[in-house]
Parts: sequence; C-alpha cells; structure tokens
Amino acid sequence: MLYINCPHCGLRSQNEFAYGGDATVKRPELNKEISDQEWDNFVYLRKSPRGKHLELWHHISGCRQWIKVERDTSTHEIFKTYKANEAIE
Amino acid sequence: MSQDFRLDNVGMVNREKKISFKFNGKKYFGFEGDTIASALIANGVHLVGRSFKYHRPRGFFGVGVDEPYAILQLDRNNERDPNIRATEQEIFEGLEVKSVNCWPSVNFDIGAINNFLKMFFPAGFYYKTFMWPPSFWYKIYEPFIRMAAGFGEASIKHDKERYEHKYEYCDLLITGSGPSGLASAYAAAKNGARVILAEDKPRFGGSLLTSDVNIGNQTGVEWTEKIIAELKSMPNVTVKNRSQVFGYYDHNMLVMSERISDHLPKTQKYLPKQRLWYIRANEVLISSGSIERPLVFGNNDTPGVMLSSAAKEYMKVYGVLVGKKPLIFTNNDSGYETAIEFKKNGVNPIILDTRSDPSSDIIAEAKNLNIEIKFSHVVVAAKGYKKVKSADIAKISDDKKKLFNIENIECDCICVSGFWTPSIHLASQSGNKSKFNEKIDAFVPDKSKQQENTIGSANGIFTLEETIKDAFDKGFDVSNKITEKNNKISVPTIVEKKSTDHDKFWCVPLPKGKSYKRFLDFQNDVAVSDIELALREGFRSIEHVKRYTTLGMATDQGKTSNLNGLQLVSDIENKVVPQVGHTTFRPPYTPVSIGAIVGREVGKHSKPTRKSPMHSWHEKNNAVFVDAGVWLRPRYYKQGNEGLFEASKREAKNVRQNVGVCDVTTLGKIDVKGPDAAEFLNRVYTNAWLKLPVGKARYGVMLREDGIVMDDGTTTRISENHYHMTTTTAQAANVLSHLEYYLQLVWPELNVNVVSTTEQWAGAAIAGPNSRKLLMKLFPNLDVSNEGLPFMGYKEADLFGVPAKIYRISFSGELAYEINVESDNGYFMWEKIMEVGKEFQIQPYGTEALSTLRIEMGHVAGSELDGRTIPYDASLEGLVSKKKDFIGKRSLNRSAFTSTDREKLVGVVPIDKTTSIPEGSYIVKDPKAKLPNPKLGHVSASCWSVEYDNPFSLAIIKDGKNMIGQKLFAMSPLKNKTIPVEIVSSHYVDPEGKRVRS
Ligand SMILES: [Zn+2]
Repeated sequence: MLYINCPHCGLRSQNEFAYGGDATVKRPELNKEISDQEWDNFVYLRKSPRGKHLELWHHISGCRQWIKVERDTSTHEIFKTYKANEAIE
Repeated sequence: MSQDFRLDNVGMVNREKKISFKFNGKKYFGFEGDTIASALIANGVHLVGRSFKYHRPRGFFGVGVDEPYAILQLDRNNERDPNIRATEQEIFEGLEVKSVNCWPSVNFDIGAINNFLKMFFPAGFYYKTFMWPPSFWYKIYEPFIRMAAGFGEASIKHDKERYEHKYEYCDLLITGSGPSGLASAYAAAKNGARVILAEDKPRFGGSLLTSDVNIGNQTGVEWTEKIIAELKSMPNVTVKNRSQVFGYYDHNMLVMSERISDHLPKTQKYLPKQRLWYIRANEVLISSGSIERPLVFGNNDTPGVMLSSAAKEYMKVYGVLVGKKPLIFTNNDSGYETAIEFKKNGVNPIILDTRSDPSSDIIAEAKNLNIEIKFSHVVVAAKGYKKVKSADIAKISDDKKKLFNIENIECDCICVSGFWTPSIHLASQSGNKSKFNEKIDAFVPDKSKQQENTIGSANGIFTLEETIKDAFDKGFDVSNKITEKNNKISVPTIVEKKSTDHDKFWCVPLPKGKSYKRFLDFQNDVAVSDIELALREGFRSIEHVKRYTTLGMATDQGKTSNLNGLQLVSDIENKVVPQVGHTTFRPPYTPVSIGAIVGREVGKHSKPTRKSPMHSWHEKNNAVFVDAGVWLRPRYYKQGNEGLFEASKREAKNVRQNVGVCDVTTLGKIDVKGPDAAEFLNRVYTNAWLKLPVGKARYGVMLREDGIVMDDGTTTRISENHYHMTTTTAQAANVLSHLEYYLQLVWPELNVNVVSTTEQWAGAAIAGPNSRKLLMKLFPNLDVSNEGLPFMGYKEADLFGVPAKIYRISFSGELAYEINVESDNGYFMWEKIMEVGKEFQIQPYGTEALSTLRIEMGHVAGSELDGRTIPYDASLEGLVSKKKDFIGKRSLNRSAFTSTDREKLVGVVPIDKTTSIPEGSYIVKDPKAKLPNPKLGHVSASCWSVEYDNPFSLAIIKDGKNMIGQKLFAMSPLKNKTIPVEIVSSHYVDPEGKRVRS
C-alpha cells in the first residue's frame, strides 16, 4: 500500500485516496474551437509510461483535495507531491 | 494412551496442567504449552496424514512454520478450520483435529493405490493424465481429484468469529525474536526508538530456546526472559508473540497476523480470534532466522524422518523424544547438537556424517560422550511404511558417487541435517534481489531495496557472537537515524561451541537396481525423478520447472524444498545455483485465514448499512426493504397478504388519486456556495443557470466529458450565492468528486465551495392531488397556493416548531412537494405528515411505487442513464443549451452522437394489454428472424401502469423518434418470452405535464 504525502495532511496510506489519472492532461478552454483530434486526445488518449508519471490523487477520505503525485509506475517510488494549483518543478 | 515418549523434568510445557484432546476421534493427553505435534509425538503417534499425490503416509517433519506434512483440520467451538499446521497449533482442553487428504481413514487410505500407480503421476501429470477425452474431465476426473485430494474442507457456514484490523506505525519493526531480533530490539529500544518486536511462536527466543550457549553469564533462555521482560516494561516497545509478519509491501508497509484466540478453547468476550496488523515502519530489521535443509535419500518421506533441529526442539522445548533409537544423518555440526541432546536424555543415537574427517568443539564433545559416529556414511533408504523401522546405510566414496557396504540397521527415527537455509522471504518480497553465498550454499539478501536490513541467520550469519554483535550494531544504527540519541549499549560476552564447515553434499545416489523415491517437496510429492523428467522434457527456466512439477507450490511454499530443487537443477544442467536463480517469493509467508484478511468488512456490502432517520417508522409499518447503494429503502409497505405487485400498485394508485409520502432522505445533497456558484453550475449542467432567481429550483442534467449523461437532479437557489444541489442516491459521491475536480484543478479561479449535506437533511416527498391540501394543514401560516408556491418554487417555513424547507418538485408527475428538515427532526416530520394526512387518505409509498409513477410519466432514472446514453437518447436534448459551453458539450458533436437514427427513449405497451414485458428484453422487428436477430434496442424499465391498468415499459430503441405507432416484438431469451408490442410515446401519462403545475 502506497504511502502518499498529502501536501495538506501529511503522510497518509493509499486507502484514503482515489486515483485520478494523468495530471498533465489539460482541459481545453471553454468556448474554444478545437478539432475532433484535439478533443479526442483530451478525452481518451493517455500515455501509460513505465517510470516517472505525474498523476492525480483525490484525498477522498481526508481533506478532499485533489493533489498531484510524481510516482514511478514500475517501482512505486514517490518523488514529490504537489497541491492542485502548485507549479510543477 | 500414556505419554511414553515424554521426558521427565525436561522442557517448558506446564506439567501442572494436563490437557485432553482428540485426534481422529481418539482421546490423548498432553500438557499446556504443547502443540498438537508435540503432544502426539509424546504419545508415540507419528502417522498424521497422507501425501497429496501418492497418498503416502505422512508424519512430522519440522517443528514450526516450515512443516510440510502435518496439516490437519480443526474443530473449535463449532467452527471448522482447515489447513492447520500441527506444529504450530497449541492444544487446549477439548480440541478436536482430524487428518486430511485420506479416505476413509489415515490408516487405510484408498488413494494410496496412487502410490502403486505412480507411473501415472509423473511430473506434469496434471497436464498429461487428465486431459483426454475432454468429456471425462467434468464427470470423472474432477470429482475424483476433488474427493481424493486437498488439505481439508472449508466450512460453508458463516464464520461467527470476529476478526479485526489494526493500523500501526513505528520507527522499527523487527520480525522474529531469536538472538538477532532480541539484541537489535534491545539496542534500538534503549536508544529511544518506537519498536515493534513480532514473534511467530508462543515463546520468545528462537534458537536460544534450544542452543547450548552463554550470554553475559546467563543461559540463552535466561537472557531471553530478561530482555523480553525489560522490553515489555518500556513504553516505546510493543512485543507480540503468536504474530507472524507475513507480507512486505510497498513503502515499508508490512502486514502481520496475530493469533489472539486460536490457542484457547473459545474466543474471549471483547477479543477477536485474530487481528491483522498493517504496520507502517520507518525501518525494518528482518530477523526471521533460518530453516534446516533436508538431506535427500530413498523414502526420505517416511514418518519418523525429520529435521534434526526439530528433534532437538521437541526435546528441549516440549520434553518429547521423537524416537528411542535415533539415527542422525548430517553433513554439518548441527546434527551433533541433536545427538548430544539425545545422549543427555539417556538415549543412544548413531551419527552418520557425510564428511570424512571433520573436527570441532562439538564433534569432540560428542566423541567424549561416547556417541557412535560413522564418518563418510549416508542413509541410502528409510525402511518401514507407516513409520521408520530401520535404515539401509552405506559408506560413500570421497567423490560421493559410489556406495559401499550397504547394511541395514534398526532405528525408529532419522534426524536429518543438510545445513541451513536463511529465510529471505520478507527481504525478497520487499524487492531485495538476493545473492548466492557460496559458503553456506544458499541465497542471502543483497542491497536493501526499501528501508530494510536482514540480520542474524536470515542473513547467513550462523555464529551467535557475530549475530549478536551485528544485531546490536544494526539496532543502534537504524534507531539512531531516527532518534539521534546516541545511546549505545555494550554487547554482552558470548560463549558458544565452535563448529566447522559443512559438506556440500546433499543428495544420496541410488544404489544399483533400486528405484527409491527421493523426495524434494514433501507436501506436493515432488521427487528427484520428477525434476529429472521435467528437464528431459525440455523445461529449463526454474519458474517453468516449478510450475510443471509443482515444486515449492504447496502451502509451505517450499520452505524446505526450494534450495535442494535448485541444487538438483544446477547439478543436472552443470550450472551453479546462482545461474539457475530462484523463483519469486510472494506474500503470504505462511497461510493467512480469509477471516483475518476480511476483518470487519463482512455482511451486506461489506460496509455499514445506512438508514434514514425514519427507518424505525418504516419497520414498524411493515416496510419491506431494498438495497439502494449502501442505503436501505422501503420497497413497499405490506398490508395483509399483499405481495410486491399488489402493494406497489395500491401505493402508486393512491398517489394518483389522493396523496402519498415517500422517504427521499437517501438522495444525494450538495451545498454549492460562493459568488461564482451560478457560473459554475452553468458550466456543470447542460442547461442555462445564470438567470435562475432566488427561491426557485431547476432540473439539471450533467455530462461526463465524453458526452455521456452522468447524473440528473434539481438544484435550488436558496440565496444569492447559495445553491442546494440534489443528485441521485447512487451517484452522490461521484458527483461530489466531479465537482471538486473542476473547482480545484480546472477552474481554480472560480470562487465556489462544495460540501456534501446528504446526511444533514431528512426528506419526505408528498405527492398526489391532495398534496396541497395536506401542505396547507402542515404549514397553516404559509401561502402554498399555485401563485404563492408555484411549480419549481422554494420556501422556508416552520413545521410545528421545526424549521423546514419546502421544494415544489415532482418525480411522480403529480402535484408534489419535497419537505426537508434537519435529520434529527426527520422522524417527527414523518409522523406529523402521516397524522395530518390521514383525512386526505395518505399512504406511504416505497421505491417500487415510485418507479411505477416515474416510468409511466416517462421520467428517466438509473436504468436509462446507464453510462451509455447521451441526452438525446434519454430524451433530455431539450435541456442541452446551444448557446453556452459546458462539461462534455464538445463530445456531443462527434459523428456517432449526431447520427439521426440514434437509439431513443420510447414507451412500449403489449398488444394484449396484459403480458408484462421483462426488463432487459430485446425489441426486434421479426421474432423468427435468423439468429443473431438484429435488435433495435432494449427494454430499460417495466411497470404496471396504474393510470391505465395495463403493463407499460420504457425502452431505448434505434431511430426511436420515428418508431411511434409501430408494431414490434419484445423478446426475452432469458424468460423465453416473445411479446407483440406497440411503440408509444414515453410520456404515457399526462404528456403535457399539467398535473405538476396544477
Ligand atoms: Zn489531504
């Protein structure tokens, strides 16, 4: 079970969190004309990298904040965690 | 039967307390502190089971977790427990166990015929023998295998025992209380670390309980007792016996199972049977010790052949002799310690040492005691069927290839020692890649992967002095990283007998003309010949050999068989063991009961059931409940002999004719607050929200980004910046997460907060033509006229002294209101509604009537919003704004979603007006068409229309909007029904929606 450092609450076990997928996906702006391809990329297409991955976790049984976690998908090592709106290094 | 093999005044069992127990129906006596194994051996019982494949007689091989044979089935307090190791289970008064894998009895086992048919059970027999003809598998092979095999029978009853989970945190977890565990725990605890010391056995001390050593002028046992007593008195230390750390998971999470009550006749009140500990440790010291390796020779599975360390422990801990004419067969000095122990207890052992001329302190002592020692000697084969009676022994050549002077000598047990295998399982589970240590012919942990270190014999250190020194150092080092107290204590002086090198020899060659089975894996019956065959058949990878032969795949996970198997493969392949590598160790290290894993997550949903504040009223009024997510909701209120159909029809009819009341507490409720709340809702919902006035509600639909309808519900503007959102019962949690996602990640610039208020409000929907009259009586000071409280209006008022919120919304399609009060007042509200409603013929209605009402009105719910429908499909396209953008809007332009013949919501009525259409039926044009019959769509919900008194269904069918008036067929292959139907509008009742606005 992962040990995730919630930037708001501190170290908490994985079972307090829900996984939220790739954190680098950016939603297209509202009212912006975009191609089908761009929209499909946003809705459906995800990379599934082996290694470092910036991903979203929702601290659902804690502070209920969405956070960003930089994790190695093969070793589960967690390098850093960020608040939702924090700049990514 | 008397305890003929019990020694006087030796061992640690409580001689004051005699305990009776039953094995295979026969009564025996032992003492408090005995295991089933030690008590049976004390009574001279060695035959306890039959082997898995050949059903050969099985005795005891070890004394702890490594035991491959003695697996029994236990009956305790009317509960059945399969897969109990006799070497671990302590006896208690009245304990009953029986053998498994034998039928009809352990003494006469029909399956033993497999032993004579062994040519049919070679390596890979699962893949070869039972394959053809395929029709035989189901009727003949499988029942035969099931009957003849298996380690016990699981109970099919509900387990009444209580199991708990516990979460714990510590600086340092130490797994095992042998010398290294004790020393490191002591050093770390003295340095201020928070320590958990876990011991699998009831007694602390590990090898110190049986070794002849001296630590700081105390015996091993005395030192153990002193250290444990001091650790127990320290507030920063938790010491646990009967606790097995069985799994090492990510981020230094270890799981331990504590057997709290298994050794007692009955679980005590307020205590669980077992407790599963999830331990997050900053540092872990693995001190799980080592397990003696068997030597391999003919019939080495005969009862009476056992590990020499086990024989020693039975004597020293339990005061039990495993035999009175012991043969010790060893390739190292450990066997001598066992021989010396026999001799001290008045028994004359014979030692067969594979080495030609070793010398050490221990060997000298054995010689001094006049113990008979035969160097360069081996056991060729054990003789005797249900118990060792004698052994063929021989002198072996220096190259270990030739046998001379085979002779038969009498013995009643053969104690084997093939040196020691470190228990690296936990280190390996942590991700630590092991390395091969040539000196000890075994794998030891390599570089730490997580925050773990392995100490003592688990790390291949076999002298006490080195073990304790190293453990003191490691205990200090890892604790000091955390506490920085620099409180280092001094290491006691240690006296132990020196031993010399072991012999790498481990497998006795077969004498000419003999074909003895030489077993490697004792639980799965894998012999040397099986591995040889697998290699001849071309299996090379050790992982493949393992799966093909089942070597090491039994419940003991090959604790005693692993290394010998690797050794054999490398010998045949002319490789060295590290080239062959080893198979992966996976948790659990020892079997864990399902009950412990499940813990308190039992019963319905494995979660606590949620009930509304009015639940007890429903119960008192004959409600029949139904699961709605994790909630219980009344499905209908039973009157007299009514069933579901009659009751729901009566309830629904009463809503259409008079007034009904429904508990809607379970609806999800979310408070949306902030200056940008309107803008936020406008982005979340498909329809327009910017102009909703205060005091008004609006129905809204929200989509996922892929355009699929996520949820629907009404949201009310309570005040300028405060909205009360409702969601469906099932989607409440998902919708909240969804809103939080957009507020926190996508549009953080919006100043809005959301919070769940589902539990804060109790809700009652009153619906029907009399509902306004009822409302007038409930709120006499409030203007509830159609002008004062119009459709989709909202008011706050006082309900007999209780603050209430009134929403004029309707799911039933009737004139209806929803009243919310604070949860604590829910019961009061409900009683008042029932009391005041009496004169208007009020009746409560459940979810079944609710469904009927919404289906015949054509209102969609979960069965239409099933995660596959876009607004158009559910006839919600009128709510999709063309002017503004919102979540999921862009997806609605995708070509499949704009196709003109998309499936759409319609109504379905059977032509005969009497046959109900099963939900899930297909709608087809021609019921006789060739299969697969092209389907137009499916029936999503069915009811008995109370308005028209005939069946009515909703369906979502292709090109639905052009199908109205068509005569088609509803087919249910499941119910074997084909029903001629007519497609009608989904708005079956009151299509103009006059009633809700009346
Ligand atoms: Zn948090």
